[in-house]
Amino acid sequence: MVTAFGIALLTLLVVTAVAVVVTPNLFVAVMLMSIFSLLMAATFFILDAADVALTEAAIGAGMSTILFLGALALIAEREARGSGRRRWLPLAVIALTAFTIIYATFDKPRLGDPSAPVHQHVAPWYLEQTPVLMEMSNVVTAVLASFRAYDTLGEVLVILTAGLGVMLILANGRPDLSRQGRAAAATGLRHHLIPRVVGQLLIPFIVLFGLYLQFHGEFGPGGGFQAGAIIAVGIVLHALLEGEAAGRAILPTPLLVGMMAGGALLYCAVGIVGMLLGGNFLDYAVLSADPVAGQQLGIHLVEAGVGITVTSSLVAAFHAFADREPAA
Amino acid sequence: MKLFGLYNYWVFALLLMIGLYAVIAKPNLVKKLLGLSIFQSAVFLLYISMAKVDGGTAPIIQHAGEPQVFSNPLPHVLILTAIVVGISTIALGLAVVVRIREEFGTIEEDEIQAPDRDR
Amino acid sequence: MIVDALSFTMLALGGFFVFMGGLGALRLPDLYTRMHAASLTDSLGTLLTLGGIMLQAGWSLATIKLLTILFFLMMTGPTASYALANAALLSDDKDAPGAPPATGN
Repeated sequence: MVTAFGIALLTLLVVTAVAVVVTPNLFVAVMLMSIFSLLMAATFFILDAADVALTEAAIGAGMSTILFLGALALIAEREARGSGRRRWLPLAVIALTAFTIIYATFDKPRLGDPSAPVHQHVAPWYLEQTPVLMEMSNVVTAVLASFRAYDTLGEVLVILTAGLGVMLILANGRPDLSRQGRAAAATGLRHHLIPRVVGQLLIPFIVLFGLYLQFHGEFGPGGGFQAGAIIAVGIVLHALLEGEAAGRAILPTPLLVGMMAGGALLYCAVGIVGMLLGGNFLDYAVLSADPVAGQQLGIHLVEAGVGITVTSSLVAAFHAFADREPAA
Repeated sequence: MKLFGLYNYWVFALLLMIGLYAVIAKPNLVKKLLGLSIFQSAVFLLYISMAKVDGGTAPIIQHAGEPQVFSNPLPHVLILTAIVVGISTIALGLAVVVRIREEFGTIEEDEIQAPDRDR
Repeated sequence: MIVDALSFTMLALGGFFVFMGGLGALRLPDLYTRMHAASLTDSLGTLLTLGGIMLQAGWSLATIKLLTILFFLMMTGPTASYALANAALLSDDKDAPGAPPATGN
């Protein structure tokens, strides 16, 4: 039963991807991309990846669509011109590569085979040692924040760089001084009563749910990335409903940049404190008298740093797109 | 049945190539970025499909010590990181596309390169 | 037994209404009529499907969570439909048959 559902979802994924590439209207393509992300999140959930499904839904279907729509508003072009031409050489290349990859997949173990090489060696060790070393339920969070903390540090720095990069590229923006632009910035969607009322009712719950995911990430699906994306979406919703000026007032730029850097700094600080206390970089066991409590403390702090940086970077990227005058 | 067990990987190959086609063949810059996003999602699908174990559940240990089959948590961690890196790339790419549009007046690749070709 | 039959009926009806919504969104002529069809999925499809699942879950924490999800969906679905229709109206969708005549702005 689940197999049939999974196969249907995968087929829909291919159909949606073809539709994204083929359709000439850019707005339609972005909306189809959002549907694609949501279908991908459902597929991840069927494949037992709860954390990844949550992240894909929050970031792929949520934040990515917002950024695309913000960019489309600035680009102000409806159609992709020259999209009707069929290019034969690229089609031939990708057909050949697709056949080669499909031919190569026949050597792979079938889906779900417990004796596949990927399930030997490291993974059973993580599954055994997580309850012993840190008494944490969510193995993915434990691996992300403790066993493979160095990777996650690199990734926090990547999202920080992206937020900074977007702010710098779109920095000398001509603020939208046209009458329409200033009206939009001042009032947002205030004239539209229904979205405003419903949105204002929902925003506290959105932020609350984001905070729940942040602090509950050790016991269930959740963690810093999902929480950061969801809180960012709540702030973006407020900025859309009340106007860009009000949105900027929630997290003024100095605070925003401070949060972006502060989260990454918190992460590095936890690592360095570990070194100062006699362990290795990002070794949490020395953070407290009891190694298990030390691991849990380290993971909580590190996930907090991740959540702070992800929230502020995504909000900064949104503000960079929202503040700018659309191209002529 | 071995054939159905490989369907995920065939869908991965198809999505990979659809995304790649958009990147290399479509002249519109936003379409290229959408294709890149599809390409990245295809890679996520590959890793998460490899992590699935028959009869397993999400790797969240409710009662320690109970023998239970879990899906492999390691690819989940890698893909969590990759999703965030993906959106970072898309955000930066979109910022550059907005600037290109303002400077060149168009986001079609052939129109942007036309002045260089005529010289 | 009765609960099972009832939940089966609700799930089947919910699926039927979602299918009808999708069919309408494809086949109806213009944006406003398609919004009518899509809003069918929003309200009745969600209500019946989640109701069927809640009957399966019985009296447990899962039911409370499903009720919360239902509440949020019922709030955001019609709002999204309203925002979409409003945006179409404001952007003067003149080509739509049956659309209000463009104001003289």
